[in-house]
Amino acid sequence: MNKKIYIPVIALVLLVIVIQLIIHASDAAYYLTQLTMSAYYVLVVIGLCLLMGYAGQISLGQAGFFAIGGYISAVLTTYNLLPYSDSGIIKFFSKLRMVIERQDLYGNRLLSFSPWVGFFAAVAITVIIALLIGIPVLKLKGHYLAMATLGFGLIIYRIVLGTAIFGEADGVSDVPGFVLIPACALEVNGSISLRIQNYYIAWFIVILGMIISVNLIHSRVGRALRSIHGSEDAANAMGVNISKYKLYTFILSAVLAAIGGVFLTHYNGSIGPSEATSMKSIRYVAIVAVGGMANIWGTLIMGVLLNFLSLRGYFGTYDDAVFGAIFIIIMLFAPQGLLKISQLQKICTYFKSRNKGHERASP
Amino acid sequence: MSFELLFQYFLSGITVGSIYAIVAVGFNIIYNTTGIINFAQGEFLILGAMVGITLSPFLPLPLAIILAVILTVIIGALIEIIFIKWLKEPSVLRVIIITIGVSILIREAMLHIWDEKVRALRYFTGTEVSSVTIFGAHISPQVLWVLGISAVIVICLNFFFKFTLIGRAMRACSANKTAARLCGINSKRMVTFSFMLSAGIGALAGCAVSPLTQTQYDMGASLAIKGFTAAILGGLGNSMAAVAAGLIIGLLEAFSISILPLAYKDAVAIALLLIILFFRPSGLFGSREKSALKEY
Repeated sequence: MNKKIYIPVIALVLLVIVIQLIIHASDAAYYLTQLTMSAYYVLVVIGLCLLMGYAGQISLGQAGFFAIGGYISAVLTTYNLLPYSDSGIIKFFSKLRMVIERQDLYGNRLLSFSPWVGFFAAVAITVIIALLIGIPVLKLKGHYLAMATLGFGLIIYRIVLGTAIFGEADGVSDVPGFVLIPACALEVNGSISLRIQNYYIAWFIVILGMIISVNLIHSRVGRALRSIHGSEDAANAMGVNISKYKLYTFILSAVLAAIGGVFLTHYNGSIGPSEATSMKSIRYVAIVAVGGMANIWGTLIMGVLLNFLSLRGYFGTYDDAVFGAIFIIIMLFAPQGLLKISQLQKICTYFKSRNKGHERASP
Repeated sequence: MSFELLFQYFLSGITVGSIYAIVAVGFNIIYNTTGIINFAQGEFLILGAMVGITLSPFLPLPLAIILAVILTVIIGALIEIIFIKWLKEPSVLRVIIITIGVSILIREAMLHIWDEKVRALRYFTGTEVSSVTIFGAHISPQVLWVLGISAVIVICLNFFFKFTLIGRAMRACSANKTAARLCGINSKRMVTFSFMLSAGIGALAGCAVSPLTQTQYDMGASLAIKGFTAAILGGLGNSMAAVAAGLIIGLLEAFSISILPLAYKDAVAIALLLIILFFRPSGLFGSREKSALKEY
C-alpha cells in the first residue's frame, strides 16, 4: 500500500496544531470560532469534491443534505417528550439512555432524545433520502442533473420554511451541546470555555473525512470514478458499474454534508432556513470549482479560506457577489481550478529544467 | 367549490402560467441556438421590471417599458459577448456555472442598486381596485394585459421564426450549426441575437406582471426554475409546447393552494419538475423514439 498518500494528511494534522498554537500565542482566540465553523463547512465541500471532481456529477442541492442533517438532529434533541414520558416506548428509550432529561433556559424540565440518537437518525435519514433521490437523479446529465439537484435543494428549503416543527422562518434554536464522550467531557458546544476543545474536535472530524476520501480516491473505487469522469461510455464498456459507483459517491457526499450539518447545528445551538438556500449550495460548488474540481486538497484549502473570510465578514454586503464573481472568473480563465496540480508540476519542471541548464552550463 | 371560484383560480393560474411560459420560451430560444441553459433567464424579468419601475415616474408608461426592454436587451447582449462568446467548445458544466455566476452578479447588483424593497410598476389601466367581471369572476384588468402581452409575444415569435430571415437563420443554427455556417450564416452572431431576444421578451413579461406580483431583487431564481420546469415539461427546445406546459404549471399551482398550505406552493412546481425528469425527460409532448437517441 502506498504510504505516500498520507503525507498531506500528516501535514494537515501538524498545520492544525500549529495554527492553534499561533492563535493561542497571538491572543486572538476568537479566530478559533470561525475556524471551527469553517471546518464543518469544509466537510460538505470535501464530499461535493468527491462527487463533482472525481465522479463528475454536479450537485446544486448539497445545502439540502446539510439542512436535513442539521434539522433532524436539532428537532430530535429539542422536541419535548415530557407529555409522553409515561408511554411505554419513551420509557424503553430512556432505559437505553437514548432519551435524556435536562433543563431549558428558564429551568423547565425538558425530555428529549440524546444528540447521538439525533446524529444517527440524521445520517440514516440522509442515506435513505440520498438513495431515493440519487437513483433517478444520477441517470440525468448536464443541465438536467443540475436542475434536478437544484430542485431537490429548493424543495428541502420550502419544506423547512413551511413546516411548523422545523420552526418555519425562525428555524430551531436552543439546540443543546453534543456530548461526544461523557467520561472525558468532550462536547460540541459553542461556549467560549470549550473553544480550543471544539476546534480540535471539528478538525479531527475533517481529518477523518480526509483520510476516508484519500483512501477512496486511491482505491479501486477512485479509479473507477475517474474513469466515469473521463468517459462514462468507455468506463461502462470496460465493465465498471457506473451507476453503482455514482450512487455510492452521491450518498457519501450527502452523508458528509449531513454530518457537517449535525455538528455545526450543535455547535451554533441553532439552525435556520438560510442554511438550506440554493445560494448555500452554489457556494459549495464555487469552493469546489476554485479548489480545482478533482483536487481534494485544493478544495480543503479554499474551503477553509473562503468560509473563514466569509464568516469573519470580510466580504461585507458583497458576500454572495464574491462567490458569483469567483464562479465566473474561475470558469472563464481557469476551469481546472486555481490550485491545479499540473500547473504546479509545470512550474516545478520549469525550475528543474533551469537548474539542469545551470548544471550543464557550469562545468 | 362554486363555478365563480373555480374560474377565479383558473384565471390566476393562467396569468402566472403565461409568465412561466414566457420564461420557458426564453430558455428555449437560447437553448436552441447554443445548446446551453441560461440560468440567468429569471433575472432578465426582474431587471426589466426594475428598470421600468425606476423610469415610470419620469416618462409615460409605454415609453418607460420600451426603454426597460431596450436596456435589458443590451445587457443580455453584453452578457453573451463578455462571458460566453469567446469560449471555445466549453463543457456543459462550465457554462452552467458561468450562467449561475452571472445570475448571482445581476441579482447582487440589483440588490445594491434598488435595495431589497418590494416594488411594483403602476397598473397599465386603472388601479389596484378596479376590476372587470367575466363570468362572475372579478379580475384586475392587468390580468388581461398579461395574457394579451404573452399571447402577442408568442404569436410574434412564431411569426419571426417562420417568416423572417434572422428567425430562419436562428432555426437553421439550432437544427445543424455546421450546415448553417456552410450556408453563410454567422452562427456566433445568432447566439448573441438569441440572448438579446430572450432578454427582451423576459423584460417585457417582467414589466407586464410587475403590478400583479410585485418585484423584488431575488425573485428571479424561482421564476427561472418554474420556467425551466415548463420548458422540460414541454420538451426542451420546443417553444410552443413550452407555452402549453407553462399554463399547465400555473394552473396546477393555482389549484394546489386549495389543497396544500400556501408555503408549499413553490414546492409543487419543483416536485413536478423532478417527477418529469425522472420519468419522462423528453417532456409531455416529446416523442419517445427521439428521446431514446438523446442523452439527458
